[in-house]
Amino acid sequence: MDGVRRQPRATGNASPGRPAANGHGRLVGTAFILSILASLALTAVYAVGGQPQLEGALLAVSLGTLGAGIILWARDLLIPEEISEEREPEPSPPGMRAAAETALQMGGRQLTRRTALSRLLIGALGALGLAALFPIRSLGPGPGRSLFHTQWSAGARVVDNEGHPVSVRDLEVGSVVTVFPEGFVGSPVSQVLLIRVEPGSLQLRPGRLAWAPDGVVAFSKICTHAGCPVGLYDASTHQLLCPCHQSTFDVLSGATPVFGPASRPLPQLPLEARADGVLRARADFQEPVGPGFWDRP
Amino acid sequence: MIRRLVLWLDDRLGAASFARRALRKAFPDHWAFMLGEIALYCFVLLVLTGTFLTLFYTASGQDVTYSGPYAPLAGVRMSAAYASVLRLSFEVRAGLVMRQIHHWAALVFVAAIVVHLLRIFFTGAFRRPREINWFVGTGLLILGMLEGFTGYSLPDDLLSGTGIRIAYSVVLSIPLVGTWLAFLFFGGEFPTPIVIGRLLVLHIMLLPGLLFAAVGVHLAIVWHQKHTLFPGPGRTERMVVGSPLWPHYAMKSVGLALVVVAILALLGGLFQVNPVWLYGPYNPTTASAPAQPDWYIGWLEGILRLAPRGDIQLFGHLIPGIFIVGVLFPGAFFAGILLWPLIEHRITGDDAPHHLLNRVRDVPWRSGVGVGVLAFAVILTVAGSNDVLARFFGVPVEWITVGLRVALLVVPPVAGYLTYGICRDLNGGAPESARVGRWVRLRRSATGGFEEVEPDGPDRGAGTAERRGH
Repeated sequence: MDGVRRQPRATGNASPGRPAANGHGRLVGTAFILSILASLALTAVYAVGGQPQLEGALLAVSLGTLGAGIILWARDLLIPEEISEEREPEPSPPGMRAAAETALQMGGRQLTRRTALSRLLIGALGALGLAALFPIRSLGPGPGRSLFHTQWSAGARVVDNEGHPVSVRDLEVGSVVTVFPEGFVGSPVSQVLLIRVEPGSLQLRPGRLAWAPDGVVAFSKICTHAGCPVGLYDASTHQLLCPCHQSTFDVLSGATPVFGPASRPLPQLPLEARADGVLRARADFQEPVGPGFWDRP
Repeated sequence: MIRRLVLWLDDRLGAASFARRALRKAFPDHWAFMLGEIALYCFVLLVLTGTFLTLFYTASGQDVTYSGPYAPLAGVRMSAAYASVLRLSFEVRAGLVMRQIHHWAALVFVAAIVVHLLRIFFTGAFRRPREINWFVGTGLLILGMLEGFTGYSLPDDLLSGTGIRIAYSVVLSIPLVGTWLAFLFFGGEFPTPIVIGRLLVLHIMLLPGLLFAAVGVHLAIVWHQKHTLFPGPGRTERMVVGSPLWPHYAMKSVGLALVVVAILALLGGLFQVNPVWLYGPYNPTTASAPAQPDWYIGWLEGILRLAPRGDIQLFGHLIPGIFIVGVLFPGAFFAGILLWPLIEHRITGDDAPHHLLNRVRDVPWRSGVGVGVLAFAVILTVAGSNDVLARFFGVPVEWITVGLRVALLVVPPVAGYLTYGICRDLNGGAPESARVGRWVRLRRSATGGFEEVEPDGPDRGAGTAERRGH
């Protein structure tokens, strides 16, 4: 059974060698000639050193005219033909289904008859699967407590991104600078924003005023939402803005979130200024920096 | 010569009987059926251009100092990966055009898949017996997006590095196992120099392998089940009507492939995309603003921007809000798409095989749901650019965010309901049986008179097959 039946299209304006076809033939031929010329030009452009815009444009002309020519050929020069094909129904004939089912069951029964062996086989496959999982552990170290601390420690000097110690005198009110613990310039986990405000305007949590000598506060620069660096500071509103998802933190109240998706304040780094004015950390952060995770208190 | 080759093959494979049927296979002519083909040809082009790019790319996070011809970055420290992309862009002949064609092809690839999916959805082409291909197609969409995201990440520029940073935070947020998953995939705490190599393995081996396999299954099933057909005079559930594969359809499809590649070449040559040299190398202590992902990630970025605070404390543990919107929400979204044929089957109870397509108006409630979900996704995608919009309109970004939050809740139901109403009205706003011009089938009796007979398929009423009575 063929299942295919020819059906000339009803419009019937198509016959081989009809006069109009010559005009169409010329069009297709022109398209192919254009394609050849563009391809040659492309080769030339490449040979003399290449130029991205010309390369793209010539490649487009070369392929586009070739494609258009082929489509026009198919549309105007082929004898239009509409065929219809019978669909076979999706389910197999009932007899075939039953036969397949029987074949499956007969084979299966031979296996399941040996109960003990088939169970052992399943056990062996399971054990092998389990053993094959272990190399995943080689991919990286376990998280351990590494998310709970940074490189800041008691007495660590505060340095800017060139490694120079930062002292209170270097900072004017309203200024902001990205700093690191000495010896860890550029550290992604220890990056801190140092901001100087009027000491009287701070409304930090009890006991934390001492962490901000002369109105210099230090907050982790890693957004508590998705971990982007909180890079934008508006000195007039005392707000920090994360460029990724626009979480906004109010510096005066301890970098508490006031808008956007972040839920937690930016952790504050306890600071002190010795007699020389150089800023130092009193200790590491008292909570994990950055975005949240399951074990975070 | 050709004749001898054909005989040689048939002697060994018995291919003639397959070839005879295949060459005369009917392919319906309709522009909407080209969407999947466009995606396919983008994929082919992505493999070709991607192979070229791989030959010049260095998957290494190792620090190097740039000494190439691009003056603004002279002496800047960067990863070897970023330096290799600069070299590819500025020093390898035809490298930049290849890179840009590759990126454009990726953007169009996912777009073609999405539009193809919408066509399948609104015309009911996923109904029995084509549910399996809907599942495979949904898998292809997800794979395409992952492939796009991993590829976007490889240049290790400031934008893409920030994207990886966010992805790390999303993985970290998964309850119980998040920290372990993140540390295993990244090989430690972010940032790690090793992750760029792992992304390359995903991008050029694992994901393309899966894509190849899924594309193969997808096409094999289309071939086996034959195309659906838009309803029309003389068209029935039992026949497929169209041009023969050889030469009509083959010529048209090859022509389409060439035109698709031509357009992508034009885009890649004349329209700059992802100019990584302007963004600079990735540096975990800086981020650029405004920051935009590729368009198909926009809805995920948008939900992160629109969602209000939502951390949950549970038995002394933390479930970050980013888990809900960054993992659960996309999971539920894709699950809804994936399972749609089963959901619709549950609602309609329709068990019959369908080869004739619905028009959009034929099933008002489905079209309403589709437009509502589409509106939802579009608003989220817009929200992914809320900072750009704020800058463009000169208003605070908070206004845009709040406005889009309201729109996200209001627009989809309204759009869905309007669609439902419009479709219903186009159907005449009345039950099938009461319509003035309904479909009837006439039978000529032996005496020369005509009598009406029952339509013989469920689609007849909604559609088409016979002549409209007056």
